[in-house]
Amino acid sequence: MRQASTLVLFFWFSGLLISALIAFFAVATFNGSGLASYLPSVGLLALAAISWLILPLHFKLRVLGLALIAVPYTWLLALFLVPFLIVFKISLSDIALAIPPYTPTVKDGFSALIQGLDFENFVFLTTDALYYKAYLSSLKIAVISTVLTLLVGYPMAYAMARAPQEWRATLMMLVILPFWTSFLIRVYAWIGILSNEGLLNQFLLWTGLISEPLTILNTNTAVYIGIVYTYLPFMILPIYAALDRMDDSLIEAAEDLGCSRLSAFWLVTIPLSKNGIIAGCFLVFIPALGEFVIPSLLGGSGTLMIGKILFEEFFNNRDWPVASAVAVILLLILIIPIVLFQKNQQKQAEAES
Amino acid sequence: MIKTLLTGTAAVALMASTAFAEEVRVYNWSDYIDEELLAKFEEETGLQLIYDVFDSNEVLETKMLAGGSGYDVVVPSGTFLQRQIVAGAFQKLDMDKLPNISNMWDVVSSRTEQYDPENAYSINYMWGTTGIGVNVGKVKEILGDDAPIDSLELVLNPDNMSKLGDCGVHFLDAPAEMIPMTLKYIGEDPDSHDPEVIAKAEDVLLKIRPYIQKFHSSEYIQALANGDICVAVGWSGDILQARDRAAEAENGVEIAYHAAKEGAQMWFDQMAIPVDAPNVDGAHKFLNFIMDAQNMAAASNYVYYANGNEASQEFLVEDVSGDPAIYPDAATLDNLFTTTPYPPKVQRVVTRTWTKIKSGT
Repeated sequence: MRQASTLVLFFWFSGLLISALIAFFAVATFNGSGLASYLPSVGLLALAAISWLILPLHFKLRVLGLALIAVPYTWLLALFLVPFLIVFKISLSDIALAIPPYTPTVKDGFSALIQGLDFENFVFLTTDALYYKAYLSSLKIAVISTVLTLLVGYPMAYAMARAPQEWRATLMMLVILPFWTSFLIRVYAWIGILSNEGLLNQFLLWTGLISEPLTILNTNTAVYIGIVYTYLPFMILPIYAALDRMDDSLIEAAEDLGCSRLSAFWLVTIPLSKNGIIAGCFLVFIPALGEFVIPSLLGGSGTLMIGKILFEEFFNNRDWPVASAVAVILLLILIIPIVLFQKNQQKQAEAES
Repeated sequence: MIKTLLTGTAAVALMASTAFAEEVRVYNWSDYIDEELLAKFEEETGLQLIYDVFDSNEVLETKMLAGGSGYDVVVPSGTFLQRQIVAGAFQKLDMDKLPNISNMWDVVSSRTEQYDPENAYSINYMWGTTGIGVNVGKVKEILGDDAPIDSLELVLNPDNMSKLGDCGVHFLDAPAEMIPMTLKYIGEDPDSHDPEVIAKAEDVLLKIRPYIQKFHSSEYIQALANGDICVAVGWSGDILQARDRAAEAENGVEIAYHAAKEGAQMWFDQMAIPVDAPNVDGAHKFLNFIMDAQNMAAASNYVYYANGNEASQEFLVEDVSGDPAIYPDAATLDNLFTTTPYPPKVQRVVTRTWTKIKSGT
C-alpha cells in the first residue's frame, strides 16, 4: 500500500517535471510570442514545488530513493529507445523536398501520420543487391579486423601482464595514451604514413626492400590497418584484465605435471583469459561493423561498407527514409553480438561473485 | 548590496547575450577565401565571424534540409541552390541592406537566374569550370609530347587511362558533374534526365574505372601539388591552387588546367541566407562586405576563381584576369554548358550509377 502511494507520487512529480520541460522546449523551438507563452511551464513547475513542500518527510525520502533508481532507466530510455523510435518512424515515411526532407511529420497530425507510414523502404532494400552485399562485406571486414586485432593485441596484453609490477602502470598508460588525441587526427596521420609518397614507402625504398612504392592507401589493407590500430586498446584492456588476475602458480603446476611451456600456455593461460578475449572481440567487432570514418578516409572507392552506403543514402540521395531503414537493419544485425556480449559479461559477473 | 549584485548580473547576462547575437556564422567551401578578408570583416563591422568549411554540396544540403544549422551565410552551387529554394531553405535577400549589389556582373547574374529567378535569394560568390588538371611532366613522359591534355580523350578514353592509371588519376566525387561531362564526351545532352541516357555514361565510366585511384572532391589539390598523382578531374581554381602550391614548393612539379575543348561544365557558387539564420542582419553585412569590389578582387586573387562582380575586375591581378583558364574568352564561354537539378527518382538512378561505378557493385 505504502509502496503504491510512493509510486503514484513519483509519477506525479516526474509527470509534472517532464511536461514542464516539454512545454518549455515546445515554446522555445516554435518561437512563442513573448514571455507569457512560458506561463504553462512555470505553472507546472510551481505546482510541483508546492506539492513537494506539503509532502511529509518520509514520503520525500522514498520518492527521492525511487528517483535515484529511475536514473539509469531514464538514461536508457532517453538516449537509446527514443532516438531509435525516431529513426524507425522516419524509415516508414516517404522522401519529400521539404524541411525535414520526409513526409509525414508529427506536425501533420496523428491520423495522417498513421496512414502515411509503411514498410516500402524495407521492401526497396531487398530489390537491390547492393545493400546485402554491403552488409556482407561489412561483416567480412569486421570479422577479419577483429581476428587481426586479437592476433596483435593478445601478445601485447600478455607481455603487459608478465611485465614487472612497477612497469605495468606505465605500460597501461602507453596503451591509453593515443586517446588523448582525436581519433580523426590519428586516422589522418595514417594517410601520411601509408600514401605512395608516405613515410612507410620512403623508408622501404630507402632500405632497398622495394624498388616501387607499395599502394596501400585507398585499399582494404589500409582499412584493416586503420581498424586494428584504432581499436587495439579495446582488445588489450579486457585481455590484460583477465591475464592480470590469473594465478601464476597454475602455470607452475601445469609445468610440474609435465606440460611444456607452450602447451601450458595453450591449455591454461588461453582458457583462463577466454572471457577477456570474448569481451575484447565484441568491443572491436561491434563498432567495426558500422565503421564509417576509417573506410572513408583510408579505404578506396572499392571498399564497400554499410556505413558508406548509409552516408550516400543520407547525403547524396537525400533519402532519409531509406537511410533510416538501412540503419534499422544494421541495428538488428548488431543486436545478436550485443546480446551474446551481455550474456558473457553476466556469466563472468556471476562466476566472480 | 543585493540589488547592485542583481543589476550587475543582469548587465553581464545582457552583455553575454548581445555578444552572442553579434556572431556571424559562415559555412563556405574549403580553400575558398583569403583568410585576411575574414579578419578585415571583423575589424570593419565589429562582428565576430565564425567560419566553417565543407567540401561537398551534399553535406551542405543535408544540413539545410535538416534545418537549424545555425549558419547565417551558406554557399551552395546553382542546382543545389535551386532545389533548396523550392524546399524553403532560404530567405529572400533584403536588397536595401545590400548597396554593393550594383557591382554585380550581368554576364553572370543572367546565367544564375536559371537557378534563382530574379536572383532574389542569392548573390554569386565565385564561378568556374570543371576540367582536367595534369602533372605536365609525368603525363608527357607517359603519353608523349602530343598527349591530349586539353581533351576529355585523356580521362575518358581507356587507351590513355590504362597508361596513366599507375601514375594516379583522381576524379571528383560529384556525380552531378562527372556524368554530364561523360555525356558531353559521347555527344549526348549533358543535362539529360533520362535514365537510359545516363546508363550510356555508366558504360563509358566503367571502362576507365579500373584506372581511377580515388573519387574525392578536395584531396586532389594536395595530391597534384605533391606529385602523388598525374591527373585530376576537378574544379578550375582548385587545380590552379595546386599549380601554385607546387610552384612555391619548388618540387619540380608543373601543373596545368584545361577546360575540356569538347565543352566543360560551368558552375556557380551562390551565397544565400538560411531561412532560420540567427543573425540575418549580420548575414547581410557579410554579403555586402563580400560584394565590395576590392574585397571580392582580393578573394579571387587568392583562390584563382572568377567572380560575378564586375566592379572587382579592375583590382584583379593580371595572373587572374588574364588567365583564360579563369576568365575564359567569349568563344570558350559559349562552349561551356550548365545543368539543372535532378528530380528525386532520377537522383536515385544517378547515385546508384555512381555507387556502381565507384564500388563495382
